[in-house]
Amino acid sequence: MIQFQKVTKIYEPNITVLQDISFDVQSGEFVSIVGKSGAGKTTLLKMILGLEEPTYGSVFFNGHNISKMDSGGLQQIRRKIGAVYQDYKLLGNKTVYENVAYIMEAGGRDNEEIGREVPKVLEVIGLSEKVENFPDELSGGEQQRLAIARALVNYPDVIIADEPTGNLDPYNAYEVLSLLEKINRAGKTVILSTHDREIINKLGKRVITIENGRLIRDEAKGRFLI
Amino acid sequence: MALAAIFVLAIIILLVTGLFFLRGVNGYLVETVQNKIDITAYFKADTVEGDILNVRQDLLAAAPEITSIEYVSREAALADFNERHKDNPTLARALSEVGDNPFLPALNIITTPTTGQYEKIAQILQQPQFSLFVQKVDFSQKKDTIETVFAITSNVNKFGIGAGILLVLVAILVVFNTIKLVVNASKEEIATQRIVGASSWFVRAPFIIEGALFGLIAFVICFTATFCFAYFLTGVSEIVMPGFSLFRYFITNIFVIILIQLGVGVGLGVVASFIVVRKYLKV
Repeated sequence: MIQFQKVTKIYEPNITVLQDISFDVQSGEFVSIVGKSGAGKTTLLKMILGLEEPTYGSVFFNGHNISKMDSGGLQQIRRKIGAVYQDYKLLGNKTVYENVAYIMEAGGRDNEEIGREVPKVLEVIGLSEKVENFPDELSGGEQQRLAIARALVNYPDVIIADEPTGNLDPYNAYEVLSLLEKINRAGKTVILSTHDREIINKLGKRVITIENGRLIRDEAKGRFLI
Repeated sequence: MALAAIFVLAIIILLVTGLFFLRGVNGYLVETVQNKIDITAYFKADTVEGDILNVRQDLLAAAPEITSIEYVSREAALADFNERHKDNPTLARALSEVGDNPFLPALNIITTPTTGQYEKIAQILQQPQFSLFVQKVDFSQKKDTIETVFAITSNVNKFGIGAGILLVLVAILVVFNTIKLVVNASKEEIATQRIVGASSWFVRAPFIIEGALFGLIAFVICFTATFCFAYFLTGVSEIVMPGFSLFRYFITNIFVIILIQLGVGVGLGVVASFIVVRKYLKV
């Protein structure tokens, strides 16, 4: 489904963030990308969304070279990917309901479908009591769950979660992790980037370890070993 | 921010409307000059009316620059003089002492409003078939006046249009920057929309509609202001430029003014939004 082929990313003037990275992610997999802060995990995930281009090498999504796609094609691919970030990236001037609904609008869904689907997703994520609240009225865990709801609502094929538990206490972190596992069990591909040892060791799924921009380990049932 | 955008758009609309009114004033001045008598050919007192009318016909055929020629008989000239000076007994007494009608029959010649026609017509009048009847040709003073008026209107026009265009260009830059600030406030929202796969037009549409609304509001303000300006200052304009009514000019050109103001306001709002948002779409 997703392929990295000899990807290198160099920022001007001469800062190498990723070096010769190659790996595949199959549909339905749960892949954790681990590494210290600054190892290049976020850059790697941004490449899947087309937010960064490789300096050398290619990134493919369902056989399409992402950096060679035109704007329209890239937007089509992005609709198949749900993204969750450490800083949530919620819109402060929109309510919980609107934060999810406008993502569906952007995906071209009609009002009837939006009215039907948003309450369902918020129910699944456990925020149906807070539909009228604004993000700054939610706890960190609730904000991250809202971000996951937003990532899920367009029924993407892949969920990319970049340090989703970074700002959460252990209780909320495990709650978010459980949600991601549940999503994966429903058949979605999940790519999780984290530097949280306990989370990785608890998951017992595929782990790709990056150190100083290089892929140093790719294990089917990996542990956090840095 | 929205108020600032509307304000700047309104300034541009008013500047462009000002240029349109300047064009109207210029047209009035040119028309006034055009309708002035350029050249007066005075005929000998004993020339019969038939000969003068023949000269008139020949002149019209010989010089296409002539737009019209008015024949003024001796009697008409005397009557006109008496009418104009009926309140001046000294002049009436002086005229009665002369006894006979001292005025000569004349042709008042009006040419197209380009300079340099006078010499050509004067040369035609000096040809033997005309000079036989013509006593004198009076054009030198009017020529100077006309040329001065042309020089003034031309310079005022050049300066007005030049300064106007410069101001409009500066104002357009300000509009772009103001709309940029409006769009910049939604930078995060645009980025998030792009990341979830929103099409360019989905992102653009609200800003373009917003730009059009700014233009529409600015148009309503400016149209009302222009109406008030034309209505209340029309009296002053008629004193300064007799025969030119600001309000009549406004009413006569109301659809053009609506088109200009609406086009500039809405057009600029839409184009500025379109261009500014494009930068934020590169996500």
